[in-house]
Amino acid sequence: MSAEGTSFKREMLATLPSLRAFAVSLTGKHDKADDLVQDTVMKAWAKQSSFQMGTNIKAWLFTILRNEFYSQMRKRGREVQDSDGVFTERLSVHPSQYGSLDLEDFKKALSQLPDDQREAIILIGASGFSYEEAAAICDCAVGTMKSRVSRARSRLSELLQISGEADYGPDAVSAQVTSGNHSF
Amino acid sequence: MTQQRARTQPGRAEDGLGPNSDIGSRLRALYGAVQEEGVPDQLLDLLEKLDNAEKAQQTGTTQRDGE
Repeated sequence: MSAEGTSFKREMLATLPSLRAFAVSLTGKHDKADDLVQDTVMKAWAKQSSFQMGTNIKAWLFTILRNEFYSQMRKRGREVQDSDGVFTERLSVHPSQYGSLDLEDFKKALSQLPDDQREAIILIGASGFSYEEAAAICDCAVGTMKSRVSRARSRLSELLQISGEADYGPDAVSAQVTSGNHSF
Repeated sequence: MTQQRARTQPGRAEDGLGPNSDIGSRLRALYGAVQEEGVPDQLLDLLEKLDNAEKAQQTGTTQRDGE
């Protein structure tokens, strides 16, 4: 009785909140992100026969969404992203553990990263993918993914003058960052 | 299951993005805030429609709602 379509739907539903957060980080706007997720859901549904149940549907959906985003960008002649970049809009749920100023600074810093570094650190640091999965999603080598994340982290530490290495204490990367010259 | 969880845990310590990392926790705060907004109704409706259309097709029901 339980149709395959139904469990495909259930798995998709479970992934949508995270997929949508990734879409917001790419587009910088909630309305555009929702359009992108909608396009992704339709694409994914149309090609669901190419998806094997039991494999990683989250990585599969993220790949479709990312490809869709960049193909739409190319078609539109890469319209300039809104100057504030990522997560720009008012958040309806305010993360209580941080002061709003704190996160505003962080958003600004995040928006200053190159696109490839920003998506890398989001996929690894927030979406919860492994380097291997993130590399497959972005169609790049695992080593490339690692270096993008590392550069993103260093740049963010530099911009925010905080350490991203609190798990370890200072290491080569943060030492380099903290001793570097800040341009502002 | 525990293994799966550990594997997909965001920001493992090896990334320098673990639970005690400033950057990691700020990233997850932003991302989590969007996740907690929930999924817009239009998206849920779309999934529902796609699923219903497929079920109708599978049971051989002719689709007449487009009339």
